[in-house]
Amino acid sequence: MIYFNNVSKNYRDALALDDVTFSITAGEFVSIVGRSGAGKTTLTKMILADDVPTEGTVFFESIDVHKLKNKGLTKLRRRIGVVFQDFKLLSNKTAYENIAFAMEAVGKSDEEIATDVPHVLELVDLGHRLYHFPSQMSGGEQQRLAIARAIINQPELIIADEPTGNLDPINTHEIVQILKKINDLGTTVILATHNKSVIDSVGSRIITMENGKIIRDTKHSK
Amino acid sequence: MTELKRIIKAGFINFKRGGSVSAAAVLQVINTLAVIVTIILLQAVLYSSLDVIRNKVDVTIYFNVGASESKIMFLRESLLKLPEVASVSYTSSEEVLKLFRERHQNDYPTIAALDEIGENPLGATLNIKTKEISQYENIANFLKSDNALVSGSSDIINHSNYYDNKLVIEKLNAIISGARRLGFLLTLYLVISAIIITYNTIRLTIFISKEEIGVMRLVGASKMRVRGPFMIEGAIYGVISSILILLLFWPITAWLGRNMTLFLGLNLYDYYLSNFLQIFAIILLSGILLGVISSFLAVRKYLNK
Repeated sequence: MIYFNNVSKNYRDALALDDVTFSITAGEFVSIVGRSGAGKTTLTKMILADDVPTEGTVFFESIDVHKLKNKGLTKLRRRIGVVFQDFKLLSNKTAYENIAFAMEAVGKSDEEIATDVPHVLELVDLGHRLYHFPSQMSGGEQQRLAIARAIINQPELIIADEPTGNLDPINTHEIVQILKKINDLGTTVILATHNKSVIDSVGSRIITMENGKIIRDTKHSK
Repeated sequence: MTELKRIIKAGFINFKRGGSVSAAAVLQVINTLAVIVTIILLQAVLYSSLDVIRNKVDVTIYFNVGASESKIMFLRESLLKLPEVASVSYTSSEEVLKLFRERHQNDYPTIAALDEIGENPLGATLNIKTKEISQYENIANFLKSDNALVSGSSDIINHSNYYDNKLVIEKLNAIISGARRLGFLLTLYLVISAIIITYNTIRLTIFISKEEIGVMRLVGASKMRVRGPFMIEGAIYGVISSILILLLFWPITAWLGRNMTLFLGLNLYDYYLSNFLQIFAIILLSGILLGVISSFLAVRKYLNK
């Protein structure tokens, strides 16, 4: 599904990715681990074409993502759901509107939006927060809202970049369970994290990064 | 259609939720539109003053005593055909004498000398006004030329006062062109600086949403879906500011009309009311364009990801 071919990324004086090659097949749950600055976020940005590699190519199925123009890029991003450490919710929109926006972006009808948004918010236990703004919600609730937004359009891939970085252990556990459920339903999940307890609780393929390089790529054994 | 409806709705919601940021943007657009209305009013005052000056300038052709009226009328028709000429008025020798007597009614020696002559010593005149002051020289040259239209006129023309008035005409012409040029440059400067300031204010309001624009793109929103609501918000700034500024200038021009008409040479309240629709259209269009274009340009920077 995803193929990184000798990808390097240079930021002026720092090498964020150094000749990275790996592939992910559909339906996998892949944890990308490493210290801050190891290159995890840069790697996820490459899949979204949110950053351009200095060398190498990144494929989503047969598409070279960095050759996509405006419309193609929009279409690609509609196939991917993204969850960030800092949630990146639209602060002047309510929980309902945040989800509705993602649905509107892919051209869903008003009727579908009215039916699906309350349903997905119930799924992440935010049914009572429909008309609250992100600033009126706790960190865990905001992250659950971000996950709801990421899954609403049933994407083929979910990228979660340090989704538990700002959360307490209880919320962290909840988020990981939600991601596992999403994966069980057939969605490929890429989880970037530096949290060992998260990696242990996931128990799946782990790609370890250090100084922009992949130093290990293993199936996790509990 | 659904997309457009959603974009418009989002624009209104963003404006409402923008609170003080929206208010700051509206205030800045009001400032710019106030500059534009002020310029429109100042131009009206300037042009009305220039018209007054221009109407005071004319050139008179004095004809020989006994010059044939048909020849004078032929010359008048020829002059009226010139594109530069605004009007040509004929005064017969009898009327000239009558006016002369009226003007010198208290000047006994002159009237006595006139009575002594017995017959009318004054010829008819043609009074010419051109559309622009700078065109009087063309008329003088036309009269001197060998043009078929004026052939035969030289023996009936005594003289014209163009060369007596030349210096004054040239000076007035220089003042009027200078005033227009200065007015244009001042207008250009004020409009450009107001637009730049407004653009930067709107850019700052959009800068606050910089990260959200990136998020919208990452969740797969098209460029238009991201940019549209900002442009609608910009249009709302323009419409609200236009209405407020036109309401604001109502009492201002009323006060100016009541107290400053003599000084300005023009009743600005009457001018404002009689040109209201035109001013409204200019201001509304400027306000909307300013808001929409500024938003369009400001969002562009954050959309290219």
